[in-house]
Formats: sequence, structure tokens, C-alpha cells
Amino acid sequence: MELLDNVILGFSTALSLQNLTYSFLGVFIGNLIGVLPGIGALAAISMLLPITYGLDPAGALMMLAGLYYGTTYGGAITSILLNLPGTASHAVVCLDGNPMARQGRAGAALFIAMIGSFIGATVGIILIMLFSPLLVEVAFQFGPAEYFALMLLGLLAASTLTTGSALKGVAMVLIGLILGVIGTDVNTGVARFTFNVPELQDGLSLIALAMGLFGVADVLGSVNRLGIGAAVIESKISMRTLRLGKGEFKQSSGAIARGSGIGSFFGLLPGTGGTLASFISYALEKKMAKDPRRFGRGAIEGVAGPESANSSAVQTAFIPTLTLGIPGDAVMALMLGALMIHNIQPGPQLMSEHPTVFWGLIGSFWVGNALLLILNIPLIGVWVRLLSVPYRLIYPAVLFFICIGVYSANNNLFDVWIVLLVGAFGYMVSRLDFEPAPLLLGFVLGPMVEENFRRALLLSRGDMMVFFSRPISGTCMVIAILMIAVVAYKRVRGTPPPVTAD
Amino acid sequence: MRLKINRQELVSGGLMLLIGIGTVIGSLNYDIRTLARMGPGYFPLGLGALLIVIGALILVTPSTEIDEDLGRNKGKPQYRAWAFVVLGMILFAVLGHYAGLVPATFALVLVSALGDRSNSLKAALALALGITVMAVAIFHYGLQMQFPLFVWG
Repeated sequence: MELLDNVILGFSTALSLQNLTYSFLGVFIGNLIGVLPGIGALAAISMLLPITYGLDPAGALMMLAGLYYGTTYGGAITSILLNLPGTASHAVVCLDGNPMARQGRAGAALFIAMIGSFIGATVGIILIMLFSPLLVEVAFQFGPAEYFALMLLGLLAASTLTTGSALKGVAMVLIGLILGVIGTDVNTGVARFTFNVPELQDGLSLIALAMGLFGVADVLGSVNRLGIGAAVIESKISMRTLRLGKGEFKQSSGAIARGSGIGSFFGLLPGTGGTLASFISYALEKKMAKDPRRFGRGAIEGVAGPESANSSAVQTAFIPTLTLGIPGDAVMALMLGALMIHNIQPGPQLMSEHPTVFWGLIGSFWVGNALLLILNIPLIGVWVRLLSVPYRLIYPAVLFFICIGVYSANNNLFDVWIVLLVGAFGYMVSRLDFEPAPLLLGFVLGPMVEENFRRALLLSRGDMMVFFSRPISGTCMVIAILMIAVVAYKRVRGTPPPVTAD
Repeated sequence: MRLKINRQELVSGGLMLLIGIGTVIGSLNYDIRTLARMGPGYFPLGLGALLIVIGALILVTPSTEIDEDLGRNKGKPQYRAWAFVVLGMILFAVLGHYAGLVPATFALVLVSALGDRSNSLKAALALALGITVMAVAIFHYGLQMQFPLFVWG
């Protein structure tokens, strides 16, 4: 019963008073920030990452994980009440959550979203406990070729499966990889692309990059536009409105079960995560419903399914991050960055070398989700009132937290300039319909991709077939090539056919 | 067949081409060597070349995807808001160095707040004062951050 021992270790770590406090702080602050329109999980985590430097690694990660759930759920509140999705994964919840809110049933929508997330997360966490040890066994046999192939697959999936153009996604990943090159080359000690700036010797700061891309760019995009505050929410939310109708409970329990399954699966795949899972869950619920016309007009399954899918995907996305050291999306990339800042090398050895961090974190996942549930039922009213603070008062404070946050990371104002430049660039490309998230993923994975690529080819004496001749890396490469083929096919088919074929 | 290129795709593709070309030129400063023994320039050279290809592809193939939720990034250009936000952050970086935390914070919040047309000068001043007080309390006294409140001379 090794698993049971580990689970007990996990919960005893997570439930220590100190760690419980960090988890609670993370969930609470995350919830608070997540409710504010225009600030998503990425911005919140990158803003608070510097604060966790002083904590011990387990506590820091628990706080960050709590932040992640808190903002995710807070984002659902804003989506349902104001129809303002903070992240792409919440775009789906708006579809039926907002109509429910406008029918005066905001309480019921929030309640079912909360229950759905909690159950979805629980399913995801059980899967983490069962499958991580197995995956670690496999991961120990990985060589550089496997790592390279897997990361290539993850990067391609992250860039092609997002909303918007696949080509532009790949372009963003490439820019991320290029930015990852900046700094001293580990193999030769040559300083690359540093332009003789001493601050760039160690590479660009992950925090500056993340805050620029998701904090400053968001502010630039939202100032003067997110004016509307509480005007939309006139209806009071009392405990009475939380109640569900009779049939609704049955309808949503099915949706939650299916959503959790879909989410768990998609979370595992590198590069996909919650967005895709919630879209697929919504489509499935609509297909299965007796009367699909209810969807878009306040169907409760349309809230329950996608929310559970999103939150179980959020959980299972931790599996490749923690066992292989390969983050599936930008949030996971930040988590990985946090691990490395605490001098913990993510990868298969994490579980054996730092069992308290590994199992404690998993224990805290569940504790964090439970805290979220306990915290939110009485606090829904408070969050709703918070929505009445206008954005014009929020964003200057956000800018200050960004500036002080990057400064505190190195006690250096140089990173403030980087944040500004990256933010301006991030906003410019997002106006051109590029998605910034794949850039961050590319940046974090960049050094690892290069390292494993170089090592694999060094071992094979320059023979590219090394990536195809081994079973695991070969499979990944074939899937990656198929993915490129599908994108290329779609792109070609999309061109208007020539009128005369001469 | 007529190739329809809209302005946005032209700028997007062009920007990627530029970054790609810049990366390629930059990596030529470093040792390239062979696939079996890659020098520091090999990997960035490859990335730059790939980005050039992608940029060219964006230019020549028509965009077929419909933007779904990227809509909130569009809308009329907000030059005033952008200018004030950027100026505020520049002031923070400059004043943080030459004048200290208090003036830097105050300037950042005041100037960036004025970027929103519905913020009055009075509201911006009050907000700047409030956040500065909070910054000193939390970051200077609470977290003991190494950032002098005022720099003289």
C-alpha cells in the first residue's frame, strides 16, 4: 500500500497549519483577483510569483496552485455575471451561464459551476495519484530523443489547437524559443543575443515576460473599454436563489460526470488543457440533450459540463508537468518556473527526491478545491459586490503590482523596461490575432528543447533518424507530422478554388 | 486566381519575417558548426529560418480561421490610454532609479490613471495617494523590500 502511504504523506503535508494557510491565501487572493474583469490566471500567478520566493518550495507551490484555482473559479463568476470571459476556457461558460444570470438564476449557475469544478477536480486528482507513479517509471527510460520529441509534440499541440490561426500559433512558439536562447549558452559559455547588457547574461526573466504578455498587454487592451461595472448585476443573490430545480440536479449530474471524463483525458495531452476540454464538453452536452434549443438560453448542463471539464483538465495537466517536467500550457510553464526558482529540478526524479513537495502538492490540490467550495458559498455576495469597482480604478493598481513585482524578483529596475517592451509587443501581436500563451510555453521549454536536441544528435553523430528509430519518440514524431499535415490540409482546402483550372 | 491579402495579414507576416531575419543575422555572429557538434549559433539559426518560412506562409496563404474570442483586443485604437500607460511605466523605471519608491509609485499610478477618460484629475490623485501609502506600508515596512523610499541627490 505504498500509494496509501504517499497519499497520507500528501495530506499530512497539505494539512499542516503553515501549508494550509498558504493554500488558503492562494485560493482567497486568487478568487479576489480572478473576479476582477481583465485579469486572468496567468496575470495573477505572474504577479504573485515573486511573493512566494521567501516561502519553502512546498508552501510556495501550494499557494500558486491555490491561486490558479481561485482565479479560475473567480473568472467563472465574472463570465456568468458580466458575460466577460477572462480566459478562453471561460468563453463557453458565458454561453449558458449569463442567460441564467439574466433570468435571475445567477445563484444557481454559480452554485452548479462550483460543484461541477469541485467534482471535476476530485476526479482529476484521483487520476494524478494513480497514474503519476506509473508515468514516472516510464519516464526514467526517456533519453534526449524522447524528451525532444515529446516537447515538440506539446509545442505543436499548444500552438495549433488554440483558437485562431495555427500558423500564427507556431510563429509565437518560435519567438518564445528564440527569446529562450537569450543568455549564456550552457554548452559553450558563449553569451548569445545579450547585446552586451549584463542583466541579460542569465537570460530574460520569466516573470517579466509573463507579466508583460499577460499583465501589461491586458491593461493596454482593456483601458477605456471595460468601463461597465455593476450596472449589469442588479438582481440580488441570496441563498434562496442558489437552489436548483428538481430536474436540474439530475441533468447536471450527468453533465458533470461526462465533463470530468472529457477534461481528465484532454488535460493529460500535452499542450491542450482546459479550453479544448470545455468546448468539447459543451458540444457533447448539446448533442446529448433532448432539446438542444435550450442551449444558449440558460441550460444548466451548459454550465455544469464545461466547468467540470475545465477543472479536471486543470488537474490532470499537472501530470506531465510534475512527472516529465514538460508543461502542457502557459500556467503549467509558470509552475515549472516556480519549481526551478526553488532549485527543484522538475522531472521523473521529483517524486523520489522531493516526496513531500510532490505528494504535498497533490494533497493541497484537493484541500485547495475544498477551501474554494467552502469559501465561495458564503462569499458569492461579496464577489458580486466587488464587480462594482470600475476598471478605471483597478488597472493603475494592477500596473503598480506588475512593476513592483518584477522589481522585487531581482531588486532591479531593468526588468521594468523588459516588462514594458514585452507588454507593448504582446499587445501589438494580439491585435494582429496572435495568441501570446504559446510564446510563454516556447520560452520556458526553449532551453530544454535545445539541450535535448543537441544531446540527441551528439549521441547519434548527427543522424536525424534517432528521433524516429526509438518507439516513444518515433510515435511522438509521427503524431507531430500528422498534426502539421492536418493544419496544412485545412489551410490549403480553405483557399478559394480557382475559377478556371487551366 | 486572385490572392486576397488583407492589411493585417501583411503586417503579421512582415513582422514575423523581420524577427526571423534578425535572428538569422544575429546567430551568424556565433559558431554554427555541424549537426553532430552544434555550436551556439546552430539552434537560433534554425529557429530564425523556420520563422522566416512561417512569416512567408502567413503572407502568401489567405487566412481562413475566424477569430472567435480575440475580439476584445480589437476595437478603436486607444492612443491616449496607451500613451499614458506606457509613460507611467517609463516614469516608474526612471524615478525608481533617481528618486525612490514613493515618487515612482505616485507618478506611475497618477499618470496611468489619467489614461482613462472617465478618471478625473482628482480621482487619479486620490488613487495615486492611496496606492502609494499602501505600497510603503506593505512593501517597505511589511515585506522589507530593498527599495529606498526616497533617493536624495
